Amino acid sequence: MKSVNLETITIAEARRLLDNKEVSALELTKNYLERIKTFEKDIDAYVTVTEDRALEDANLADKRIGEGTQTNLTGIPMQLKDNICYSGIPTTCSSKMLENFVPPYDASISTYLKNENSVLLGKGNLDEFAMGSSTENSALKLTKNPWDTSRVPGGSSGGPAAAVAASECVFSLGSDTGGSIRQPASLCGVVGMKPTYGLVSRFGLVAFASSLDQIGPLTKSVEDSALVLQSIAGYDSRDSTSLDVKIPDYVSNLTTDLKGFRIGIPKEYFIEGISPGVEKSILDAVEVLKGLGADVKEVSLPHTKYALAVYYIIAPSEASANLARYDGVKYGFSEKNAETMWAGFENTRSNGFGPEVKRRIMLGAYALSAGYYDAYYLKAQKVRTLIRQEFEDVFKNVDVLAMPTSPTTAFKIGDKIDDPLQMYLNDIFTIPANIAGIPGISIPAGLVDGLPVGLQFMAGTLQETNLFKAAYAYEQATDWHNQAPPI
Amino acid sequence: MSELTDLSIEEIRQISVLTRIAMTEDELDVMRTQMSNILDSVAILNEVDTEGVEPTGHSVNIKSVMREDKRQDSLTQDETLMNAPQRDGSFIRIKAVLE
Repeated sequence: MKSVNLETITIAEARRLLDNKEVSALELTKNYLERIKTFEKDIDAYVTVTEDRALEDANLADKRIGEGTQTNLTGIPMQLKDNICYSGIPTTCSSKMLENFVPPYDASISTYLKNENSVLLGKGNLDEFAMGSSTENSALKLTKNPWDTSRVPGGSSGGPAAAVAASECVFSLGSDTGGSIRQPASLCGVVGMKPTYGLVSRFGLVAFASSLDQIGPLTKSVEDSALVLQSIAGYDSRDSTSLDVKIPDYVSNLTTDLKGFRIGIPKEYFIEGISPGVEKSILDAVEVLKGLGADVKEVSLPHTKYALAVYYIIAPSEASANLARYDGVKYGFSEKNAETMWAGFENTRSNGFGPEVKRRIMLGAYALSAGYYDAYYLKAQKVRTLIRQEFEDVFKNVDVLAMPTSPTTAFKIGDKIDDPLQMYLNDIFTIPANIAGIPGISIPAGLVDGLPVGLQFMAGTLQETNLFKAAYAYEQATDWHNQAPPI
Repeated sequence: MSELTDLSIEEIRQISVLTRIAMTEDELDVMRTQMSNILDSVAILNEVDTEGVEPTGHSVNIKSVMREDKRQDSLTQDETLMNAPQRDGSFIRIKAVLE
């Protein structure tokens, strides 16, 4: 078996090796399966490793490459967050509720990846039902940060972020409801991107908060992020909120020239509570962007401070409705020791869900209940309108916004798990993009005490090209994306 | 929304009934404290003047779409029932609804 340096390999680089027949998809896949065997005992990024599936996918990919009909992701070994359905492979949502659930159908993006003959290595760990910011809420695994295994990888896509950082896959796909792709990407030193709401089909993504959920890539480079988005973006009639728009060529629009490119720095993202190391890294990054010719100016988004509260009403409300389906009847965990049907439901949900999931379901039910609906849910939806409008206005004057992804670097396992409000603050800089439906990306922008810092860009609705442009220019001007964790 | 939210155990018990999540007395008490704290933290929204502001449900404009009334392939009965905890032939078995 030919061995490949997996620590540095990107999709673009793997594509070149595969197309030039320097390595086969099967060899590449076996390299990853070996690496997974070596590192999983320390990292626990995977809920399920699909070795047989991977070897079969790799053989199919090699056949296709032999025929010369390959596409961008043919033969590329990847992971899916374990809330994305893949026919015949368990999709657990890292919950006891779905521990034995095997979907009989594919998520639309799984179909797209199959059509390209990508190689599925397995399913990535997450906070139960994607509710959390540290992946500690997983009922199945405790994922560790590859940069320091006593620390969390962030969440909820902690498995995908840790797997990409530890080079246990070339790329992974996560979901982002309030920062669940970008925040773990930041804490693990990889690239994580949330597209415009509606750009990527949600069909087959297990629903958490349907007006906020969006699938996106976690990768080693900005170019890879653009490549993956290119493959998964587009209208899908099976998703009622899918956008029917023309998809631009993201990759060919990447450029390192930012002359005349307008970047706004929102002052509300540099607040008390942000760690000094993170703040300095981001301010240094702003200087790099200026050096590349960008026209950088301070802007203001005064409603930013309300985004977290809006989120913690809207997301639990939608979750309480979406998770009502888990009753132990049609699929999933079922508590059979019950006297009556109703007691069966109650015991199933009591024993099948973890504490954070219960908290959000109950909070949502409260916010939606008669007498409180106007005060909480309707009020939050109105403030959501104001936050959206504020972004629309600011993007008349700037092409992208630059800010930190997370107020701190990776924190210790166990530090925040007993205090929900402290945990929620991790997403304070990522949530506004979900509220407004706009795209955001986090890219590596420094190390503080050996831990990665993420620089975030946000762009206007469907302005992914601008987002990638800023991120690519910064990445190419710096060396942070080449730093590998000390494992 | 009051300045300091203090949910009662009875309110939490009622929500646990509505959401069909059985809870012990201790669990109800922990939930009471945590939910009260979270609701306190969202009370900040009272500061915002939303007079005349339309609510946003989705960040994109959604319109209902219709498809042609044509037969399409779907999952088979076996596939649909393959995850049922208690399957009985082509049925799912549950406890009696009416006693």
